[in-house]
Amino acid sequence: MAVRKLNELRTGERGIIERITGAGRFRQRLMEMGFVPGTEIWVEKYAPLKDPIEYVLKGYHVSLRHEEAERVLVREQEEERRKD
Amino acid sequence: MAKEITIALAGNPNSGKTTIFNNLTGAHQKVGNWPGVTVEKKEGTATYDGYTIRVVDLPGTYSLTAYSQEEIIARNYIIEKKPDLVVNVIDASNLERNLYLASQLIDLGVKLVFALNMVDLAQSRGQIIDHEQLAILMGVPFVPTVGTKGRGTKELLEAIVRVAEDRESVTRHIHIDYGRELEEEIAKVQGTIRSARSSMDEHHPRWMATKLLENDEEVIKEIAKKPRKRIILDQLEQSTAHLKQILGDDPETLIADRRYGFIHGALTETLRHTRKDRRYFSDQVDQVLTNRLLGFPIFIFFIWAMFQLTFNLGRYPMTWIDAGVGVLAQFFGGLMGEGLLRGLIVDGIINGVGGVAVFLPNIFILFFCIALFEDTGYMARAAFIMDKVMHTLGLHGKSFIPMIMGFGCNVPAIMATRVLESRRDRILTILINPLISCSGRLPIYVLIAGAVFGARAGNVIFSLYIIGIALAILMGQIFKRTLFRGEIAPFVLELPPYRMPTLKGTVIHMWERGSIFIKKMGGVILIGSIVVWALSSFPQTVNYSKDYENQKLLIQEEYALKEAALLQTNQGEKVEIFTEEMDRKIAEVEILRKREFQEKSLLGRLGKTIAPVLRPLGFDWRGGVALLTGFVAKEIVVSTFGVLYQVEREEGEESEGLRAAIQDAMTPLIGYAFMIFVLIYTPCLATVAAIRRETGSWGWTGFSVGYGLALAWILAFIIYQGGRLLGLG
Repeated sequence: MAVRKLNELRTGERGIIERITGAGRFRQRLMEMGFVPGTEIWVEKYAPLKDPIEYVLKGYHVSLRHEEAERVLVREQEEERRKD
Repeated sequence: MAKEITIALAGNPNSGKTTIFNNLTGAHQKVGNWPGVTVEKKEGTATYDGYTIRVVDLPGTYSLTAYSQEEIIARNYIIEKKPDLVVNVIDASNLERNLYLASQLIDLGVKLVFALNMVDLAQSRGQIIDHEQLAILMGVPFVPTVGTKGRGTKELLEAIVRVAEDRESVTRHIHIDYGRELEEEIAKVQGTIRSARSSMDEHHPRWMATKLLENDEEVIKEIAKKPRKRIILDQLEQSTAHLKQILGDDPETLIADRRYGFIHGALTETLRHTRKDRRYFSDQVDQVLTNRLLGFPIFIFFIWAMFQLTFNLGRYPMTWIDAGVGVLAQFFGGLMGEGLLRGLIVDGIINGVGGVAVFLPNIFILFFCIALFEDTGYMARAAFIMDKVMHTLGLHGKSFIPMIMGFGCNVPAIMATRVLESRRDRILTILINPLISCSGRLPIYVLIAGAVFGARAGNVIFSLYIIGIALAILMGQIFKRTLFRGEIAPFVLELPPYRMPTLKGTVIHMWERGSIFIKKMGGVILIGSIVVWALSSFPQTVNYSKDYENQKLLIQEEYALKEAALLQTNQGEKVEIFTEEMDRKIAEVEILRKREFQEKSLLGRLGKTIAPVLRPLGFDWRGGVALLTGFVAKEIVVSTFGVLYQVEREEGEESEGLRAAIQDAMTPLIGYAFMIFVLIYTPCLATVAAIRRETGSWGWTGFSVGYGLALAWILAFIIYQGGRLLGLG
């Protein structure tokens, strides 16, 4: 299965978190917020100006900027577009 | 005998910690700051079962790593102040992530009670939590609560007392299992800590070992102070390298991963989802409020409504306060004879403080609106929508609120920076906020632009606002690249579900912030007003160039004769006209006297002293005095001009006279340079007080004032000298 960057997912697409690239504070923060390998995550929506992006994981909503979501690698799940 | 328990309240942001705190402590709260930082500290007391329970509200945090100020505060409080127990407020509808902080608290080995908050929301979402089983697994009692409805408060207090008295049967200390490889290394590091210890000291060695492997700066610093640090640090380096080699990742990542593993394990046994679909009401609301097309119009509407409420609704109580101040001034003025004390009380204290007190309604309404935005969860959405725009300016999405409020008044705007979590964003926003032209500066623009630009005044004033915004963007970029280089705050923003706010909660929220304005600003403004009053009233005896009192007497005599003549010729009805004329002439003499007094007062002398500095900008000493008084409040500049430029006029309204006088004294170029200066330098003393209060540092306050003055001078210089070179002046 293909590994993609989290910011490449479109609205409604899902993925399983594979790992977070880089190191340091940002990575640790994301881990604490539940961005740990094996976690399912999906794109709830993009902000009106396309950035940031709202994600849902572990039952809560969180938003990341493109430049931050880029550092999260996800394994693609079978495409499942949710109806809006 | 009064028994006392001290508890610390920990929890994630948006976990409803504040409502639990309010429920526990009621009205017995005091708000302050944590020592040396701008993070709010709240304390309150509850009484239960013969105990006085002191509740310390820790900052809301997702974790207890040493990455943010809030986390360090929370952790240090628990470790150093050793509260009797820690109550962790956990959002039941967001259980998995909330338990992360809980797992770290378990690691700390402190006595714990978990408040399982918002259980009603979890239930309505079809999440069934077996909290009794969860309590056994985690070794900590769980008390279900609904903060907004006050449910579970008594049970929570009961559990607190039970745990404090060691009567809670569930309580036991568990070790979170980090897996064989990690556990081995933890044990090794722990061993070196134990052996390096001179006495049994404060922290749990296992916790310290785990933290060291997590590469925790604070704990490493602590270890580096110990005499036998080498052994520990060597072991740490070895263990880290070993783990990286065999598990292929940093220990800190592995530990976070295992913590979530532990939580996941506990939840598989205790949490059931009865509903498959995960579309909640809150998500549907959000589809509208952050909609691609509707999001912005709705957002702009809310901001507009907040503005309208703040400045239009606030106008009514504002006029009442203004009138009240007037009455008070008159009352005290009438009570006392002409003299120094009357001047001090009426001109210095009542009018000075009153001039700021009129902003109170604005500030309270504004804080009410902001509290409403925060308590409903809309604030996070506003940040979500605006982040792209604000990010290009080097700011956070949430900086938008303070920036827009600056157009009204910089004081509440700077206080509104409290919505920003990162200190970097907060200080950056505070530093550029004064460049947003507040409403207090408008009268000056209207007066000067009206006088020297005539029909083009509107465009000129608009250009000032635009220049202010442009400078804010520019300075934001410069500060971001110089003062705050390297400190990047990631935009990991939680978007909590929308919630119905409670009136009580919102009012408490508003009051907490508003009362700080009253208390702290009051002191600074009081002192400032007295200083300006003193500078403009001393020295008391001035060597006047003319004998004004004699002039007044002469006028009176002249008119007494004229009136007598009228009465003799039976034209009594004309007496009134003469009396009016006489009063006007005396008032004119009085203005001249005041003008000379101002010129020779300490303030006037100061104005003349700084005149050489302002000469390259085209301003004379009067401009200097006006700018000096403008430091207290921009509104004062117009009245200072009134005194300094008032000319004797035979007929005509006074404002016309002032306008004409300014037209004579300033070229359009000087007028523009002056307005630019007014735009950029420190808005008012209350703003300075707010900056001091919110940054918690005289350094940043001084910097803000200093760079404002420097930038104002440079820009006014460029405009004046550049304009002259171009032949405009």
